[in-house]
Amino acid sequence: MKITLKVWRQKNTKSKGQFETYKLDHVSEDMSFLEMFDVLNEQLINEGKEPVVFDHDCREGICGSCSMYINGRPHGPKNAVTTCQLHMRSFKDGDIIVVEPWRAAAFPVLKDLSVDRSSFDRIMSAGGFVSVNTGNAQDANSLPIGKDIADEAFMSAACIGCGACVAACKNASAMLFVSAKVSQLSLLPQGQPEAKKRAIAMVNQMDAEGFGSCTNTGACSAECPKEISLSNIARLNREYLSASVAGE
Amino acid sequence: MNWLSSFLKSSIGKKLLMALTGLFLCTFLVVHLTGNLQLFKNDSGLAFNEYAVFMTTNPLIKFTSYGLYATILFHAFWGIYLVYDNKKARPVAYAQVDGKANSGWASRNMGLLGTIILVFIVLHMTGFWAKYKFGEVPYTDYHVNLTDGEITAYPYDGNINGKIEKFTEQGFERVIVKDLYAVVNDAFKNPYVVIFYVIAMLALAFHLIHGFKSAFQTLGLNHKKYNQLIKNIGIGVFGIIVPILFAAMPIYFLLFNH
Ligand code: HEM
Ligand code: SF4
Ligand code: FES
Repeated sequence: MKITLKVWRQKNTKSKGQFETYKLDHVSEDMSFLEMFDVLNEQLINEGKEPVVFDHDCREGICGSCSMYINGRPHGPKNAVTTCQLHMRSFKDGDIIVVEPWRAAAFPVLKDLSVDRSSFDRIMSAGGFVSVNTGNAQDANSLPIGKDIADEAFMSAACIGCGACVAACKNASAMLFVSAKVSQLSLLPQGQPEAKKRAIAMVNQMDAEGFGSCTNTGACSAECPKEISLSNIARLNREYLSASVAGE
Repeated sequence: MNWLSSFLKSSIGKKLLMALTGLFLCTFLVVHLTGNLQLFKNDSGLAFNEYAVFMTTNPLIKFTSYGLYATILFHAFWGIYLVYDNKKARPVAYAQVDGKANSGWASRNMGLLGTIILVFIVLHMTGFWAKYKFGEVPYTDYHVNLTDGEITAYPYDGNINGKIEKFTEQGFERVIVKDLYAVVNDAFKNPYVVIFYVIAMLALAFHLIHGFKSAFQTLGLNHKKYNQLIKNIGIGVFGIIVPILFAAMPIYFLLFNH
């Protein structure tokens, strides 16, 4: 199939950036979107041009690095997939595909489609952990946890930190990410002793990074490759409120 | 109270203020609607005019209404500030956004919908509230026949003390009262005013189809068992019944009352 790409090119964080148009004439439907970009980059290199910089690592939907905003949606037209899991059969011959980086004050563009997501790391270091003494692992069943709670914590823990929620949100809000990270810990007994401190610290860091607030549009959850639920955001609101009122 | 100020400055605290004021305004809408349904009574406006006197003289209600005006102003300006604040979180806009693929139109346009409502509230208050309080409003002398209850309304150009005077004379209960009903009747003769009211109620409907359920989510009240109920109340009561009944008032006056 033939594809026309309009790709955002930007030299560095400070420069302005613009769209460049590229034509690809031999795209296979079985290629993943990233493989199609590999073909484009080969072509650019052969023409003596600079290849497009984009983030990728696992190419199987688990690392969360393949951030591309494709035709107005993070990770493109399919739900519950990352860009590396998107295939060219989701497009038609002759399509024009617009590819932009995640756009958020807290995710500055490094180059082309690659953005700096270390704001997520700083939120995690602010409180996204449990403090435990290392040593021998505890016996697996010494802390009984109900299946429903375990399942819910597990579903929250499925978040891969890709930032599609921020990219999708009209306010560039990180509430879905932060709420998933708070929930995966606070649902479990190991996470409870620090629950109050954690909610406050992570929300404060989220605000300091310049993410927006939540209008509850639900775009984040709809675009999340791991389908993280909006109920996490309600839980974070509750936890933050109770931590503010009742915490020290 | 340090925690309170940092809470209110946080993104979650800022939104909590929207949710609490928004839900308070929802309860106000229900009260305002119930009272104004008296406009549909076939009594030449007697009940509605007596209600208007009650609402503007009862000290408790007067007190609440000043709280209400402050809440409307706060909710409106805080909402516009949040829209502005959230724009800063994305300084470079996308070239292409497929919003309908992941979210409802109303949820993405709360600022626009709210602004329409704000313009409406200002014009609505100038047309009725300010006119009633500061403007020239005629008085009407209602004669209620004590044997058969029939009501006849006569224009009144004497002077009374205050907004209402009631007495009984020759088998009639007489109510001389400031006639807000006449102001309403007069305003809704203008089809443009009626169209504007209908548009504003449409904006209110969409504001609340998203806003009502959103407020519960903001307050952290999200539960599998109740989510659907909350959504249904948002759509059924605040998205359909309330705006339709409000919009029916100007339409009724335009079509049936002169
Ligand atoms: C009777 C009138 C009104 C009612 C009942 C009402 C109700 C609500 C409710 C329940 C919410 C949801 C709060 C949440 O998401 O937690 C909301 C949000 C909002 N309202 Fe209103 N509102 C009214 C008037 C206005 C006006 C006049 C404005 C003026 C601009 C406005 C602007 C907004 C905005 C921008 C939001 C979204 C805030 C956000 O989520 O970021 N509203 N409203
Ligand atoms: S919540 Fe979903 S969209 Fe957001 S970072 Fe986690 S996996 Fe990505
Ligand atoms: S490259 Fe790892 S999720 Fe796409």
